[in-house]
Amino acid sequence: MVRVTHWLSALLLPALIASGLQIYAAFPHFGEKGNVYPVPNPFDADQFGRFPEWARLGGWLGGGINWHFALAWPFVIIGLIYVTYLVISGEWRPLLFRPRDVPRAWQMQLYYLRLRRDHPEQGKHNALQKAAYTFIVVLGALAVLTGFAIYKPVQLAWLTALFGGFELARYWHFLTVWVFVGFTLMHVALVFLVDPASLRAMVTGWYRGRFPSHD
Amino acid sequence: MTEPGGRISRRDLLRLAVSGGPAALAACGWDGGRLVQPRLLQISRLNDWVGEHVLFSGDRVAPTYRPDQRSGRMPSYFITRRGPPTWPDGREWALDVGGLVRKPMRLPRPMLEALPRLTYTVKHHCVEGWTAVATWTGVPVRVVADLVQPMERARYVRFDSFDSGFFNGWDWASALHPQTILAYAFNDHPITPDHGAPLRLYSTVKLGYKLTKYLTGMTFTEERPGGYWEDQGYPWFAGI
Repeated sequence: MVRVTHWLSALLLPALIASGLQIYAAFPHFGEKGNVYPVPNPFDADQFGRFPEWARLGGWLGGGINWHFALAWPFVIIGLIYVTYLVISGEWRPLLFRPRDVPRAWQMQLYYLRLRRDHPEQGKHNALQKAAYTFIVVLGALAVLTGFAIYKPVQLAWLTALFGGFELARYWHFLTVWVFVGFTLMHVALVFLVDPASLRAMVTGWYRGRFPSHD
Repeated sequence: MTEPGGRISRRDLLRLAVSGGPAALAACGWDGGRLVQPRLLQISRLNDWVGEHVLFSGDRVAPTYRPDQRSGRMPSYFITRRGPPTWPDGREWALDVGGLVRKPMRLPRPMLEALPRLTYTVKHHCVEGWTAVATWTGVPVRVVADLVQPMERARYVRFDSFDSGFFNGWDWASALHPQTILAYAFNDHPITPDHGAPLRLYSTVKLGYKLTKYLTGMTFTEERPGGYWEDQGYPWFAGI
């Protein structure tokens, strides 16, 4: 279940981002026309120009909207299935980052920075991994919630207000894209650098790598 | 590092699935083609249904603003390429209200302005992603509906314009929402051609492309009317 939801999300996410960039292209700023909000945005069209066509999905605004709103539901459902499965199976335990993981994460960071020689003790995942795998679920939830906030800013006005109004909610929604992109680059890099065998494990379910704790 | 051959081929496959697949989809701004696009439109209809029957409430009203919170600029869109459409001189303008109603009517502007009015300062949400706060004054659609007395069969309202055949179809509940009005004033002044003079539809519960400008008619129907943009693929319900 973990593997299926992982790979389905990995397929959906780039398509959601690409169709989102197509929607963004219709007004590549934040705020009002003639009154752009002073939020940091390196992708404002005035400086950045437009995203290249290969990065967009849908062909035009209406096409981007239809892709985005069609794929958003499977993304939500897969996310819910993943979290529900973790809760029911108890597999959330080695994944959830808790307050007691804070000092361990620090030790792990020191190890990665070569400021500590020996690898800190860990369970199935080290504390930094737990932080990452907890954070990505929170990020997914934020992407969905900010999405709903700009999808129905009147019917779900309370949600839109929670994110600081429509214009800011749209900004947070856009920001989740770049955090997802950053996470994915790091995630893939670490898979290949630290434990390539885990990639096969994520496909087949069988781990035959060098970390006995992963069996 | 066992079984290098087997692993590399699998890894390559994965790479293709993870990065190649969606990238190929995204390439050239693909709209889905003949195979996928009809499915996307079907899902869009499903989203219309969810928007109308799950997420929409007929009596939930949008927040209003103070007049000093108005935006400096209210962008103006229309279909005609030669600048904002204007009603020809010498022809009397009136709104034709008909279809499945007991008392079809032709309402000239003075008559509309004599009906109970609503003035509100609200936020406009464009499908493109920008917003703008402005003040609108008009007669609620529900007031006009009370005059013409729609039949029970009427489930939708079609709004027609003199802007190159632009029109919209609305679901009953959104059309009769208390904040859906036929507006004849914008920011305290009679509405100008760029904002849809002599009369435009305005509402807090739908995106801008549903708010028909340059109105000529309002028709109660049993069948779901399409719309200028909706027939090209924009979501039909477009409730916000």
